[in-house]
Parts: sequence; C-alpha cells; structure tokens
Amino acid sequence: MKLRRLRFLVPTVYIVFVLVPIYWLLNMSFKNTNEILGSFTLFPRQFTLENYRKIFTDPTWYGGYLNSLKYVLLNTVTSVTVALPAAYAFSRHRFLGDKHLFFWLLTNRMAPPAVFALPFFQLYSAIGLFDTPFAVALAHCLFNIPLAVWILEGFMSGVPKELDETAFVDGYGFWRFFLRIFIPTIAAGVGVAAFFCFMFSWVELLLAKTLTAVEAKPIAATMTRTASTSGYELGLLAAAGSLTIVPGAFVIYFVRNYIAKGFALGRV
Amino acid sequence: MDTKIPNQKAWFLVLPVVLLVAFNAIVPLMTVVNYSVQETFGDNVFFFEGVKWFTEVLRSPRFHNALGRQLLFTGIVLVIQIPLGVAIALAMPRKGPWVSVNLVLMAMPLLIPWNVVGAMWNLLALPDIGLFGRAFNAMGFDYNYTRHPVDAWVTMVAMDVWHWTSLVVLLAYAGLSAIPDAYYQAAKIDGASGFAVLRHIQLPKLRRVLTIAVLLRFMDSFMIYTEPVVLTGGGPGNATTLLSIDLVKVALGQFDLGPAAAMSLVYFLIILLLSWIYYTVMTKDEATS
Amino acid sequence: MARIRLTNLRHTYSPAPRSEADWALKKLDLEWADGSANALLGPSGCGKTTLLNIISGLIRPTEGTVRFGEDDVTGKPPDARNIAQVFQFPVVYDTMTVHDNLAFPLRNRHVPPAEVEARVREIAAMLDLGPTLGQRASGLTADGKQKISLGRGLVRSDVNAILFDEPLTVIDPHLKWRLRSKLKELHQKLKNTMIYVTHDQTEALTFADQVVVMNEGMVVQSGTPVELFDRPRHTFVGHFIGSPGMNVLPATVEGGVARFLGHPVPTATQPKALPAGARLELGVRPEFVRLAPDGIPVRLTKVSDTGRLRIVEARHGDVPLKLLVGEDERLPVDTAHVRFEPSRTQLYADGWIVT
Repeated sequence: MKLRRLRFLVPTVYIVFVLVPIYWLLNMSFKNTNEILGSFTLFPRQFTLENYRKIFTDPTWYGGYLNSLKYVLLNTVTSVTVALPAAYAFSRHRFLGDKHLFFWLLTNRMAPPAVFALPFFQLYSAIGLFDTPFAVALAHCLFNIPLAVWILEGFMSGVPKELDETAFVDGYGFWRFFLRIFIPTIAAGVGVAAFFCFMFSWVELLLAKTLTAVEAKPIAATMTRTASTSGYELGLLAAAGSLTIVPGAFVIYFVRNYIAKGFALGRV
Repeated sequence: MDTKIPNQKAWFLVLPVVLLVAFNAIVPLMTVVNYSVQETFGDNVFFFEGVKWFTEVLRSPRFHNALGRQLLFTGIVLVIQIPLGVAIALAMPRKGPWVSVNLVLMAMPLLIPWNVVGAMWNLLALPDIGLFGRAFNAMGFDYNYTRHPVDAWVTMVAMDVWHWTSLVVLLAYAGLSAIPDAYYQAAKIDGASGFAVLRHIQLPKLRRVLTIAVLLRFMDSFMIYTEPVVLTGGGPGNATTLLSIDLVKVALGQFDLGPAAAMSLVYFLIILLLSWIYYTVMTKDEATS
Repeated sequence: MARIRLTNLRHTYSPAPRSEADWALKKLDLEWADGSANALLGPSGCGKTTLLNIISGLIRPTEGTVRFGEDDVTGKPPDARNIAQVFQFPVVYDTMTVHDNLAFPLRNRHVPPAEVEARVREIAAMLDLGPTLGQRASGLTADGKQKISLGRGLVRSDVNAILFDEPLTVIDPHLKWRLRSKLKELHQKLKNTMIYVTHDQTEALTFADQVVVMNEGMVVQSGTPVELFDRPRHTFVGHFIGSPGMNVLPATVEGGVARFLGHPVPTATQPKALPAGARLELGVRPEFVRLAPDGIPVRLTKVSDTGRLRIVEARHGDVPLKLLVGEDERLPVDTAHVRFEPSRTQLYADGWIVT
C-alpha cells in the first residue's frame, strides 16, 4: 500500500528537476550583474527590475521579440492554411503518387537544419528576402508543413466520410462545405497543428539566425550578441531568456486540455 | 476508412503544400548536390570533380570523429530518455485535479527556444556562480565543463535529458491514457500483479507510441545543433563537436562549399537510412504480431 | 456458486448529492438465486452497468450491502470475490497465446501446472476453442476473443458468479445468436450464477430465467420473461418489452369502471382505491387488441406487413394505437371497431399498475 503512494514521488521529483533551471534563470534575471558575479545567492539580495526595464525600453531588445513573433505567426498561419486542403486530399482521395508524396513530405521532417543553413542563405539572398521575417517564415515551412499535414490528416481520418457525402447531396459546394462544416468539426486538430507549428518555429534558431542580420533579427541573435560582445551582461541575458518562456507558457496554458489528445495521435 | 475516392483533381488541393515544401527542399538540395561534385577556386568558376569530396569526407578522420561522437551522444541519450520517460508516464496520475498541472509543467522545457536552453544550462553549470556547478564542486568533484571533456559531456547529456524527456513522457502518457479501463479491471479480476499488468497490458499497448518516440528522439538528437553550441561551443577543444556543429563550422565558418556539401548529403543519407531501417523493422514486427 | 443479495443499495457518483436526480442508483433490494440465469435489462443510462460494477466490486456502493451467500463482500475488491466479468469489447492479453490467456487466472493463483492444463483443455473444448489453443490471441476474430474473455472467467472452478456487460456489442449480427446459444448451453451445463446486462430485450428474454428491468436508476420490475410480458407492472416495462410495445392509452375511471375516451373498457382487475389526481392510463398489448363487429371505433391509418402478422396502426380520436392482425384475417379498409381482451388489459396510475 505504501508503495502506491510513493509512486507520485516520481513525477514530482521530475517536475522539480524541470523547474530548477527555470527558477535559476528567473532568479538571475532579478539580480544585477555585479551581484551575480560577486556572490552566490538562491534569492536576489537586491531585487531589481532593471534588466526587464532595459529590455522593454530598448528597441534592439524588444524588437528582437517582435521579430521572432512575426515570423512565428506568419509561419503558423501559412503552414496550417496550406496544410488543411492538402490533408483533406490525403485523407479522402487517392491520386497518382499520393503515397510517395506523403512519404516525401515526412522525410523533410528528418532534414537536419545544418544541411540547409548555407543553401538557404544563398537561396533567400538570391531572391532578395534575406533579413526579413518572410525568409524565416518560409524556411520553417520545410518541416512545419509536413508536420501540420501529418497531424491534420490524422484528425481528418477520424471524421466519417458520410459527413462530406451528406453535405454534397445537400448542395454544398466544396469550399463552402470545407470552410463552414468540415474545419469546425476538426477544430481541435487545427488547434493542435497550430500549437506544434508555433512550438517548432519559436524554438528553432539555426535557420532563424542564418537568414537574418539586422532588420529581422530574432531575440536569439540579440542574446548571443550580448553574451559575446559586452562580455557577460548576465542579468540582462537571464531576463531576456525568461521573457522567451512567456509565449510558450501562454500557449501551453491555452491548449492544456488538448495536449494529451494531440500527443495521442503520436504524430509529433 | 479504407475507401478513398480516386480523384486526380485532388492534386490542386495539394499543390500549395508541394510548391512551398519543394521550394525549400529541392532547390537547396540541388545546390548542395551541385556543390558536392564541384570544386571552385573563387570568382564563381567551377570545375566538375566527381566523387572527390565524398571520398575525402568519408575518409577524413575529422568526419569519423564527429560521427563517432554523434553516435555516442545519441546512444546515451536514447538509453536514458526512453525508459525514464516511460517510467514517469507510468507513475503519473491519470485522473484527478493534478493531471493538467502535471502536463503543463512537464511541457515547459519543450517550448523554450533552444538557445535559451543552452544559455540556461551554460549559466547553471558555471563552476563558481552556477547552481549546479557550485553544488558539484561543493560535493567534492572537481567540476568544470569548460575545461574537462567528461564534465562537458555530462552537462550536455543532462541538458538534453532535461530538455527532451518530457516529449517521451507526453507521448507515453497519451498512449497509456488510450488503454481502456476494462483491461485494468479484467486484470484485477484475473488476479494479475502490478508487474504482470505492466508486462502484458501496458508495454504491449505502448509499442506503437514507443516506436515513434524512439524514432523522433533518434532523429532530433542526431540533428542537434543550437543547444550544445550555446552550452560549450563544441568544446573544450572539439570534445563536444557533434555532426551538425562540425558541418556548420565547415560550411559557414570555412566556406568550404564542396566538402560541406558532400558532408551534408552523407549526413542526410545516414539519418534517412537509419530511420528507414528502424521504421521497417519495428512495423514489420507489428504486422506479424 | 452463491446466492447474491443486494440490500438497501444506493449509489451516487457525486461527492455531495443534493436531490434524487444525483443518485445513479435509487434505493433497491434484489436477490438472485444460486445457479440462476439473470438479466439486467434497460435503456442506456439506467444504471445497469453501475449495478453490475457494484456486484463485481469495481465500485463500492455509497450505501447498502452486497452479500454472496452468507459473506458480506461490500468492501472486498474484485479478486477477493471470485467473480468473472466479460466486458463490452474483448479483453485479451495480445502477447499471449489462447492457451496462456486461459491459463493466466489459474497461474496467478498458483494452481499446480497439471491441473491448469486439464482445466484449460476442458474449458477450451466447451467453447470450441480447442484448435486455436496454440495461436496468438490477438489473431482471433471478435467472437473468438470474447470466448477467450469468457473462458478466463470459467476456468476458475470456484467462481461465484459470471457477469456479462453487453458482451455481444462488437460481435457481427449473424454471429450473435451463436454466441447467445453457447452462453445458454454453458449455463445449463455449469449452473453458475450468471448476470447478463443488456439493452436488447431479445438477448435478455431468451437468456434469462429472471429479468430485472431498470430505468433511471430504479428497479421497475423483476420477474420471468412471461411475467414481464403478460403483466407489466409499469408502463415502461410494457413499452420496452415486446415488439411492438404495449399500447398506453389515456383513461378515466367513472363509477368503478375504466373508460377510454368515454368507452367503457373491462380490465383484468377491478380498479380499487386510486390516488387522487393521478395520471390514469390503460395498457394493452397489440396482440390482445382484436377487431370486432362493435366496440371502440377506430380509423385505420397504416398497415405494415411482417410476414405472419400485420401491424395495423389506428387512431381513436387523437390517440394512436396498434393492433396485430393475422395474415389471413380480413382487414377493413377505413374504419373498424376493436375490443381489448379484458384479462390482458390493465389500469395504470402514474405509470404503476393498479391492482
């Protein structure tokens, strides 16, 4: 009987392990650099909001967040939008080369970003999109679109074909049916796909850094620049890092009820 | 659900996806293939060199070392994360008020930008002012990940475990939630022990999910770049220079287009090959069972 | 083998029930004889699965006691009650062979191997699973797997009761009757106490000696299939059992005689003391509504031919009613007169029979 109760220690210990680095980062973000370098304290002796103030007022900093958000949102919207009709086609129709196409899409998920770094740099420079959020948004499509198609196809296969047939018999044109009836039916799937696209685009940084320079620089680049040039403005770095966790926490909170369902498809 | 309507017009629905992905995949790949078989001495003049770069890469000790380190890393990480993730998922409550709290907290590491993950651990493991670094040194270890290769590896592995185990946990948890209660009830009635339930009900039902988890973790750990770069920069020396890191050094650092391109293709092919083998083996097993 | 007794049983799923509606099972007392074949019949949500799970020990009742023979098992978990349960969908251990599946409950109880072998072969023969013993359980069809589930329950010789929770749900329709006959055959051979939960009246009425009809958490009537058919104690029972169900017609009582929209209708028993303001109804099965030269005038609206019989739908005023007419009987075209057979006509007040 006692062993049963001990079971709950396992996830608890793990969650503590997960939270400690996050706590440490937050801890450092509320200290100034002198305190960080000078002493070792588990809680800021001199609690300061200076780091955060700097980030919210300095355009190089908050601009970084805005840039990141720009391309993430662009990418999420694009990926999900084009994935929806494609997933429908895979789910409902058989067409020439469909199986091979699906498989080819999935292989792109296996592409190491490092392989594409240089080619993307040349490609997007050549078409004049270098250093814009569009470049990153488009580049991330490489692996986000296959992901979105895969997830949406899974949800769509769970909707009986009778729904489509009934609508067509009732006189709905394809697009009207698709937009007014079908998509609302798989709303949870759209949410899950959007969540994963957001997640993978928000966290990916090699391509984001490679394809930007000054204008569209994401927060990651600003952070690394800080670390190397001004030699360890640790408090600022910590505050910047802490702020990057916020959008993620926000998004998870909203989809918390769908997390289990989304992972249940096993299609991450 | 197996009756799909044959309809060639469906291609129009798929076209935007194909265009966007192909644009990003085919054009760069063509470039890479192009570079991999050519040599340049500058001024945009190229000479066809055949398989010279490939043989050079495949023979180079530098590549072998990076590949070796990569295989070691992926191996260690899989061996830790898969059982750990499953164990945690098995121990998590499936009903009740703590379920969503657990899930949300566990999902957090997955949504942190990878450079922040690296930075976090970089700061955490600093021997003098980082929480873990100081703790280790206080315990008597001579710990410094910027100087000792073993310490760097330990830190890198710990960071990856912290970062990605949650993925395995969430996948396994979802798989476990899909097992209908009736199975547990029947096992209770049959007098089965907890271990028997694990062996005969839970693990078999988790098989598909575990296949996907292993495949994903294998692929992602094989491609890892940002986190180790921010953590150790590939050092000390090149102790933690994994394949991606080495590739980027050669491509963007040295601008050795030919070797970089050849290495890229070999890299991509290795992943594809290993993934395909794993996938075939696992699904063939499923088909015969 | 045991006599099962439920006393003062009541169950709610909510931690703080406020009204009757919060109780999944309203107060009930039930008794099942040792070795009897019983059914729990009712529509979805009536509480029959809750009741079954209380008997098997998967749920602990909020109030009341469960007794097997002389033992109070209310607090005991399922494996201590010696019951077997067959679920809606087959529960088999995929990784094991059919043989090992059947042997599993015995091996868990440390039964000696020789005895395990004998028992497994015996049960496998009874269930026609003999030839499949060496196969992997996951390879069998749905009805095969349900037989394995059943077999795991039968293989233990000390089983107190076997509980079935809508076991034919996933079986193909043309195989259902085969499995049903097999269950009946097994009951006659083994004489275990069996309780069969279903919403299908055919399954219940053909399998059980004693049927308990439930609705909205209450036991509405408990009796043999014949009793339920002939004398439904509640309009719900009359309606639910029989195809088509009993006619339920609005009634009044004047001067000790029941009347249907003014027409006097003789009933099986004389209506005695009636609760004031109660809703009165007459119940008579279509089988016992006959065409007659005089009686209650009706307008015929529809005739359905089912082969040996015809179901005729008619109306008296605004009230619809049905009657069954043999295939050879002459049927008037528009209007007709009908009479109800008195011994099969009952009066109901607020749904309950007036005796």
